[in-house]
Amino acid sequence: MTRDEIFTKVRDVLVDALAVDEDDVKPQSRLTTDLGAESIDFLDIVFKLEQQFGFKIAQGELFPENVAQDPEYVKEGKVTAKGLTALKARLPHADFSKFETDPQISKVAEVFTVDALVTFVERKLAAK
Amino acid sequence: MRWMWIDRVVELVPRQKLVAIKHISLAEDHLHDHFPAADGRDAMPVMPASLIVEGCAQTAGILVGHAEEFREKVILAKVGKFELDADAFPGQTLRYSAKIQQMDKVGAATSGTIELLEYGAGGHVTASTVGRIDLMFSHLDNNMSGEKFPEHNFVFGESFKTLLRSSGVAGNW
Repeated sequence: MTRDEIFTKVRDVLVDALAVDEDDVKPQSRLTTDLGAESIDFLDIVFKLEQQFGFKIAQGELFPENVAQDPEYVKEGKVTAKGLTALKARLPHADFSKFETDPQISKVAEVFTVDALVTFVERKLAAK
Repeated sequence: MRWMWIDRVVELVPRQKLVAIKHISLAEDHLHDHFPAADGRDAMPVMPASLIVEGCAQTAGILVGHAEEFREKVILAKVGKFELDADAFPGQTLRYSAKIQQMDKVGAATSGTIELLEYGAGGHVTASTVGRIDLMFSHLDNNMSGEKFPEHNFVFGESFKTLLRSSGVAGNW
């Protein structure tokens, strides 16, 4: 499956899960800020990606969980260097370059762009 | 009034499917407010669609809760889709069917149908599908934010247990 084909299927998932227009879903769109995703939508997206692509996504594999509760990873509202290293290792599909410049935990969800989902699916399909 | 919007569980296939019914009665107060006579128009008692959604959520929520013997606090988190093609009137029965599509530690996705049962002469009953619904449930203690909630399972209280017992659903809850 080409990256364009994956994008089209990911876009269909997001249109269904988030009730957004197809035209609003662009590679750089952030799931939360741009497409209005809330916490339960992340589970919905995981379920719908599993159905769409026929693979299983383990808990925490696509989106991190409980990062904010780990004092080693977050201090005074910011992700620590150790936290960043752990996040990057756990979420190789996400681009942290912009987030690193101001690593406020409240903004960590912004690394989840449509592009990150496409990369995630691409890696999962390649590993099949 | 108890916040129970199903009357009986009529079928349960654990972790897969649950069917429940809701009889609509003119004795229910809310039907007299929905809709009362006004401006020369006769009263029109109709089951509110929002309460049909609640009934569907209770049906699917019990199915999801039963899968883990009601240890999880199962909370309705999202109505992905709800379509209703017909009104439901007193004397009719709504039959809600829920199926688990996906479930993991964090929550579950279900799909369901809404049927309307009409009682005719001679005990004849006709059923027609009048709605479809997709719901998502969160297991509150495994929520993605890591927020903590009271240990007591306030979701599945005594009313739900009575409903299950009176429906003949056996279990260790």
